[in-house]
Amino acid sequence: MIKLAKRFTLQEFLETLKKYNVEELEGVKIEGDLEIEFEGSSIDLSAVAPLYAIISDLSNFLYHANMALSYMQRLSSVLGIPMPFAVQPAVSAAPPAPKVEEKLKLPEKLLEAKFTPYKVEYPGKVEEVVLGATRADGGTRDYTIKLGGEKSLAFYMFDSPQPNLPAIAIDVFDRPPALAKAVKMHYEDVLTNPAEWARKCVKKFGADLVTIHLVSTDPLLENTPAREAAKVVEEVLQAVKCPIIVGGSGNKEKDPEVLEKAAEVAEGERILLASATLDMDWERIANAAKKYGHVVLSWTQMDINNQKTLNRYLLKRANMPRNSIVMDPTTAALGYGLDYAFTNMERIRLSALKGDEDLNFPISSGTTNAWGARESWMSESPLEGDTPWGPRELRGPIWEIITGLTLSLAGVDLFMMMHPTAVATLKEIFNTLGGKNTAKIDDPNAWLKMEV
Amino acid sequence: MKVKSPLEVYNLLPRTNCKECGYDTCMSFAAHILDRSAKVIQCKPLVEQSEKDPKAKSKLEKLLDITAPEIAEIVIGSGDSAVKVGGEEVLHRHELTFFNPTAFFYDVWDTLDEKKIEERCEWVAKYRKFYVGKYLTLDGIAVRCTSNDPSKFGNVVKKVASYGKPMVLVTLNPDCMKAALEEVADKKPLIYAATEENWREFLRLALEYKVPVVVRSSDLDKLKSLAVTFKQAGVKEIVLDPVTEPVGEGLKRTFERVIQIRRTAIEGGDKDVAYPIMVTPISAHLINADDVTKEYWEAVIGGMFVVKYADIMIFHTLKQHVVMPTLTLRANIYTDPRTPVQVEPGLRPINDPKPEDPVFLTTNFALTYYTVESDLTSAKIRGWLLVLNTEGICVEASVAGGKFTASGVKQLIEQTKIAEKVNHKYLVIPGLAARLQGAIEDETGWKVLVGPIDSGRIKGWLEKNWPPKK
Repeated sequence: MIKLAKRFTLQEFLETLKKYNVEELEGVKIEGDLEIEFEGSSIDLSAVAPLYAIISDLSNFLYHANMALSYMQRLSSVLGIPMPFAVQPAVSAAPPAPKVEEKLKLPEKLLEAKFTPYKVEYPGKVEEVVLGATRADGGTRDYTIKLGGEKSLAFYMFDSPQPNLPAIAIDVFDRPPALAKAVKMHYEDVLTNPAEWARKCVKKFGADLVTIHLVSTDPLLENTPAREAAKVVEEVLQAVKCPIIVGGSGNKEKDPEVLEKAAEVAEGERILLASATLDMDWERIANAAKKYGHVVLSWTQMDINNQKTLNRYLLKRANMPRNSIVMDPTTAALGYGLDYAFTNMERIRLSALKGDEDLNFPISSGTTNAWGARESWMSESPLEGDTPWGPRELRGPIWEIITGLTLSLAGVDLFMMMHPTAVATLKEIFNTLGGKNTAKIDDPNAWLKMEV
Repeated sequence: MKVKSPLEVYNLLPRTNCKECGYDTCMSFAAHILDRSAKVIQCKPLVEQSEKDPKAKSKLEKLLDITAPEIAEIVIGSGDSAVKVGGEEVLHRHELTFFNPTAFFYDVWDTLDEKKIEERCEWVAKYRKFYVGKYLTLDGIAVRCTSNDPSKFGNVVKKVASYGKPMVLVTLNPDCMKAALEEVADKKPLIYAATEENWREFLRLALEYKVPVVVRSSDLDKLKSLAVTFKQAGVKEIVLDPVTEPVGEGLKRTFERVIQIRRTAIEGGDKDVAYPIMVTPISAHLINADDVTKEYWEAVIGGMFVVKYADIMIFHTLKQHVVMPTLTLRANIYTDPRTPVQVEPGLRPINDPKPEDPVFLTTNFALTYYTVESDLTSAKIRGWLLVLNTEGICVEASVAGGKFTASGVKQLIEQTKIAEKVNHKYLVIPGLAARLQGAIEDETGWKVLVGPIDSGRIKGWLEKNWPPKK
């Protein structure tokens, strides 16, 4: 009996192969620890020796399943051990100890495969809400803005065409607000004149709409009477011919009265009244909207269930028409809770598409909140450990852009913003994803070799 | 993962409730495997058994298979700095969470002057930005071969490797790639990229050097063909690059390709495209525009695909107006929505305060708390920080939403016995809670000072307002 210098067991061999995830070996049954010995003269040792060398050195180069399997098969045929998988023709001559180059059996051709995109169709649809009214509809606006109407996730044009791209409103205040320097510099000349301010937003910065915030009505500030504040609304309606949004001060007691007056002076203009909340007299605001033909912004604090509740109240108790509600589920700045805002809005939109009729309304975002993030306005990091923050003039607008971009992907239909560059960039993004931007470059591979 | 119920996992476990995995029962362990907070190999008995018993081994393998992530997880780099990409399970983060944050690579190129290469590598390796109690950092360096010279590329790659960061090697030329791999294959770089033209040579390199590889095509049939061919030939670590076109219709198509790939992998169960996805915001620099416009657009492409499914990116700009917003967005999107971002309410002494030092008030929203705490600490301000339970909501929203109340502050003052620790009764509240000044004074009897809106300005504020004028 001739024995190999070093014996090995089939079990060891199989274990080694298993390290390489040879799944096909699952069916192999080994009874006991079978020892393989070579006897007699039927085997040419010169043929077995290199094989043995290969096996004992498996971990060095047998690293893919097919290779391992083919060696296994060759071995089995040489040794005459039956294998449970399809046996290949016996290898007549012993293979030479392969070099790496030969071992890598590269396919000659690409394996053709077809990519079939997974199709998604939702049963639900977001309500389409019109802001503004032209003369034909009893208003004095030059044009109207349509929000919503989606049957798919934002910009998923491959699922379903998106009837309306998001619209952008620029904020105007009835008293000079505290603003980051980078924002303020663009409005310095109009801070005390809301009508001029509104005009600048439209003419110079391309706003689709303007929002006039009647902040001075706050009892803790000037406590401007509602009737007087409403005059500013009239001035703005005179100054610009785009649809407008009117905001209160956020004071729960005063806002219903202020928005009621604003609704009255803007009768027929189909303005958006911002906002009705759960902890105020939302019914009074809804009634004013119905009476004078406006739309209500339903504002909740990042809570999908509260959003559902308030919408139901507006629909069922105040009998608001379905085409007259927009939601503001609250916007948090990039780095300061944007994840909550994004996920809350994304969940709301997915619910709408899946058919939840308490949530299928267009979404609005107070994107100006991005300027609350210190990264957008602070001249340098207050922390010594940070890599220096770089010029804030460039950080601020991009903070507003990325906040807006992120929420647009969650489904926001209406953005309330402030920095002109941020407004222009978001418009560019919407037009691009909406298929309205024809710009192109010659060669998308060129960056691989560019020397800058 | 394939399994949807912990029962399917439980059935393959030993079911002995031995607790060796750290959980009380096999069922509880199974539930944690399902939400990926535990790993199958934590079951020591099963792992040990599988070494002896083929039956146990097949159970273990089956478990590993059915609990493998929907999207393949691959590792780039070696050692402590290695970065995992892919491994995702869901399309929307609220459905579970996103796991491995998009890996950010920043480029250098081999014809760039040596000094500049060093500067860029240094910047990337040392970058940090404080965020919610820790520092955000950058993942690695992409080395582009612009010389088309194998030995030059090899040398530069070797130099870059010395910074210890994971690398992406960028060249379509197999000879250049081979030269680089000769130097750094053991560092497990990602090689970029196999295309319809060079795939055979790149397949050989991926197999020979055992490195992860990017396959690249804007034609998704071709992209899938490349992936299938590589997988069949034995490559396990594959990344898909559906080609980033930076503007116009091209960007719209890129958006579609990326989403279709990920959705088809997860919802459609197409395992042949269930790999990490590469997007290249650096492509924005091909636009014909001024530098700031290109840089902003680079941040836009980065942001867009951090939200939508990119697992790895190559950037060009090392300026904060590109790095900081994209990195912050990544931190937000990849925050686990299952864990509340709150800290324990109570009293935190900062910098060993004395009885005469100020008392500050903030919320228990982790982001607010860590910001305030690190601002005070780093500005070397001594003081007492009261942390109010606002259920993890920030100052502004908790004031508006009624979670930040005068009675809550009163309770906190009583519970923490802060009055016994200081020799005054002045409380500094956040600027954003100014409207509660009167209410808190009435409720607590403390004198309330309204601090700055941002805690980064507390130092300057204290100089003017502390000690308080009587």
